[in-house]
Amino acid sequence: MVAKLTVALQDDGPFRLDVQLSCATGEILALVGPSGSGKSRVLRSIAGLYRPKRGEIIYGDEVWYDPAKAVNLTPQQRRVGIVFQNYALFPHLSAIKNVMEALGDRPPSERRARAGELLDLVNLGGLEDRNPAELSGGQQQRVAVARALARDPNVLLLDEPFSAVDKATRQRLYRELADLRRQLRMPVVLVTHDLDEAAMLADRLCILHRGRTLQEGPPFDVMTRPATPEIARLVELKNTFEGRVLEHQAGNDRTFLGWGPYTLETTYQPNFPEGSCVTWTIPNARVIIHRPDRPSRGERENPVSGIIMEFVPLGDWTSVAITVDGVPDSPLFMTVPTHVAHRNDLATDKRINASLLAKGIHLMPLSHEDEA
Amino acid sequence: MNWPSLILSLKLAVWTMVVLLPIGIVLSRQLAWRRFPAKGLVEAALALPLVLPPTVLGFYILITLGGGSPIGQFYDAVLGRSLVFSFDGLLVASVIFNLPFVVLPMRRAFESIPPEVREAAACCGMSAGRILWRIELPMAWPGILSALVLTFAHTIGEFGVVLMVGGNIPGETETIAIAIYDRVQAFDNAAAGLMSAVLLIVALAAIGITYAATSSVGRRNI
Repeated sequence: MVAKLTVALQDDGPFRLDVQLSCATGEILALVGPSGSGKSRVLRSIAGLYRPKRGEIIYGDEVWYDPAKAVNLTPQQRRVGIVFQNYALFPHLSAIKNVMEALGDRPPSERRARAGELLDLVNLGGLEDRNPAELSGGQQQRVAVARALARDPNVLLLDEPFSAVDKATRQRLYRELADLRRQLRMPVVLVTHDLDEAAMLADRLCILHRGRTLQEGPPFDVMTRPATPEIARLVELKNTFEGRVLEHQAGNDRTFLGWGPYTLETTYQPNFPEGSCVTWTIPNARVIIHRPDRPSRGERENPVSGIIMEFVPLGDWTSVAITVDGVPDSPLFMTVPTHVAHRNDLATDKRINASLLAKGIHLMPLSHEDEA
Repeated sequence: MNWPSLILSLKLAVWTMVVLLPIGIVLSRQLAWRRFPAKGLVEAALALPLVLPPTVLGFYILITLGGGSPIGQFYDAVLGRSLVFSFDGLLVASVIFNLPFVVLPMRRAFESIPPEVREAAACCGMSAGRILWRIELPMAWPGILSALVLTFAHTIGEFGVVLMVGGNIPGETETIAIAIYDRVQAFDNAAAGLMSAVLLIVALAAIGITYAATSSVGRRNI
């Protein structure tokens, strides 16, 4: 069945909720936000475990929740599969019995075979008779996934399912979920506070902050073109600065932006009138260092110069922050491959030149931190 | 050895457990998971038998259930017999004074079940009854068992309340604890000693069963 999940939720009071989102069949929607942003509450509302004051949850043409019409389907009626952060396995039942409990709709004679198939699907063949305590964190997560899928759920809900396992296991589970999702024919909502995880797994990303959905879209768009400075901060865009729109040139597809002593070229972004103050941002990866030994054409694109103030190798990648001449209070961050950093002898206090790629510069309204 | 008294005590203990098992499960689940008005008051009322002198508790039960009370009169009118100074009255009293011994361990046991586990069960499509039977009771089992053992041992040994509500009618309301007192009053230490030894063995067996059962359950869950 092809059906879409549409969710609108409102709650007042200290734990305010104002959420709108939708998720289509076969799509993974990542709900991202810091802890306390209300992510889990949204997920629990979809599952029927929490009742917000107002709102509507619709799956296909079924209304699951509408307090105005006194509609509230039970979790049993909604048929959702849910994987909790700590998995919430039944500790006294073996892996296969955990899964079999979710197969109550099937004739008893089929349950064991079907549960076995599901455990094979999540690569747990051979461990059917172990109790949860005898399984590793990653294996427990797989049991929870198999159990959530057992009912052929309408919607699959994943509540930070990767947060309780070590990094190596997490990487393996990511790959498994990516494989598994090709077989999933349902909307999948993934709650996470990890942006990289969301970008890797999700088709769309929804930013949640203080109970409000702020922006929804493909992960790359949201993470490089945030609608507001607040979202830029939430998607960890460190290069967020203030500037002034100098001129628009529609014909050239160019907007010119004043930043300290520099005039930066950006793509045409006419939403902001000439002369207005804006916040602008550029992803670290769109700041390119110049190689002193081999000048290239790209160097003409928004060149800036500065002193390296911070140099942090992080394995394959190195994070570099420079103090740009003329704008001393605004460190510019970039990420360069570690071998490039070595080849160019990058080090603290060295002077380097860099280009801000025009395509990467994104304008936003001025920040209103106090408004939130 | 006063066999009728021992049998009466065992019968009272078993019936108390039978009556309190469902009451305890219902009450302790509510107290463990629900929030409702006057919850504190209910908790205090349930704990009262722990601190109230047994004779005082027995006195109030006697007044409440006695022939002059509405409850006593109603009982007499329906069943044609008195509630006090009978086995029925003993059972009612026993259920009341054992409530905290049942509710406290059971409540702890139900509280120890993570809410997500019950939520996961609901999302698995399990009905409330099936969740109780397949998930909650097996997980709360050690607490339920220790509640029942406490009730059993406590009922066998209870003296003050039983004497107040039941009187001391041989074969009817004379429990073994009263019989022991009776024998000591009559300087029959041999009989009192024998009965005391039997009670000691029963108590040790009860504790032993609890430990054995809970530790094996514990191993299974860890």
